[in-house]
Amino acid sequence: MGGFTTQFVVALTVTISLALVSGCLGTAFGLFLAISKGTAQPRLNRVVTAYTTVVRGVPELLIILLIYFGGTTLASTIAGRYVEVNAFTAGVIALSVVFSGYATEVFRGAIAAVPAGQTEAAKSLGLNAWQRWMFVIGPQMLRLALPAYGNLWISLFKDTALVSIVGLTDIMRVAYVGAGSLRAPLTFYLAASALYLSLTTVTLLSIRLAERRYPALGR
Amino acid sequence: MNLGLMLDAMVVLPSGVGLTLTLTVLSLTAGFLVSVPLAFMRAFGRPGLSLAVLSYTYVIRGTPMLVQLFLLYYGLGQIQAVRASIFWVILRDPFWCALLTFSLNSAAHTTEILCRGLQSVPKGVTEAATSLGLKRFQIARLVTFPIAFRISLPAYGNEVVGMIKGSSLASTVTLLEITGMARQMVSTTFAPYEIFIVAGAIYLSLTSIAVKAIQLLERWLSTDGNRVHRRKARLRPPLPDPEITTPLP
Repeated sequence: MGGFTTQFVVALTVTISLALVSGCLGTAFGLFLAISKGTAQPRLNRVVTAYTTVVRGVPELLIILLIYFGGTTLASTIAGRYVEVNAFTAGVIALSVVFSGYATEVFRGAIAAVPAGQTEAAKSLGLNAWQRWMFVIGPQMLRLALPAYGNLWISLFKDTALVSIVGLTDIMRVAYVGAGSLRAPLTFYLAASALYLSLTTVTLLSIRLAERRYPALGR
Repeated sequence: MNLGLMLDAMVVLPSGVGLTLTLTVLSLTAGFLVSVPLAFMRAFGRPGLSLAVLSYTYVIRGTPMLVQLFLLYYGLGQIQAVRASIFWVILRDPFWCALLTFSLNSAAHTTEILCRGLQSVPKGVTEAATSLGLKRFQIARLVTFPIAFRISLPAYGNEVVGMIKGSSLASTVTLLEITGMARQMVSTTFAPYEIFIVAGAIYLSLTSIAVKAIQLLERWLSTDGNRVHRRKARLRPPLPDPEITTPLP
């Protein structure tokens, strides 16, 4: 492997930070969309549905390519000279968009699964809308959403490999460069698979732990 | 936005739909055929066998499809024995590599989906089938699998959509399906927005059609009182009253 071990370590941190940043942004955005879909008027509802349908119906690779190359064109037009969008930024935006599309549906389903009696009981206790979300619906909804939400994180870690196609030096990119320079593709791609497999295993285990710690209430 | 370019893309890109659909349909078919026995092994096999299937599905589902594709396309050539064997004719061709990767992936996902379906078949149904004197294979073919298939159809729909989307990875090994053609067009026209948006619209229509088709299939297969089944039931001649042959005590 030569000097590629240190590169793999750096690439691992790049992959993890890409996944964490876009996962957190996607969660926040998805939660926002799911809540606004549950409460608001039909027009906003339709916009959110259209967003999730488009995001979930288009390949992740195409979204990454669109945001990377499209973003470069847009930034160049605005600046009036050639500006290249950072691959990491493009990756974060693209993966957040993808993650939020799926997370919206997961959270929407979980909100719908909380019994209506809970909201009514909270109303009858005199809690306002904010308190109802924070203390009654939120905790129950998050527990219900946890298994499906965990699967989203696993797919997110796998989707980060696609950002290497637009030149981000993540695990996949280092494996590609190493495979080319040392003429040992099998070794490098096996190493990359092992790294991805350990990442998804760690994610899976932490999700299982969280599920055991916070099981769905009243089941 | 350049509408002329978008029109150009609308004319050029549909020629990639054929390859996308070929890859998707072939890999889904191969994956399904492989996954049916694997799902039975995973659900009802001996612990060792079940664990072996689980390790296959776990590794395939735990690594990105891109890594697997590159492993097969670039990696296998490193082994001298592979290059000397007759399989090299197939394995050096990007189309067969992509197809093999997608099939392995689809098989792993479908195995887990069907396994969950098989496990949720009510036990009383199989017990009833056993008491009717059906053999184990007959039970699997006539009772367990049809019920499990119906249960897992919604999840399998997600897998179909995922495969249509996943076939876009074939563009990374020089195949010219929709994404590949779009990337080629972008590299000559430098107009990413127009062309990628058209490509996305094509994918969206393909996935929407797949979702609709799965929903229709679900409705067609559902047993609770749909029209076809009711008509069939009406056309069937009423069964004669069973004659009591054993003397009543």
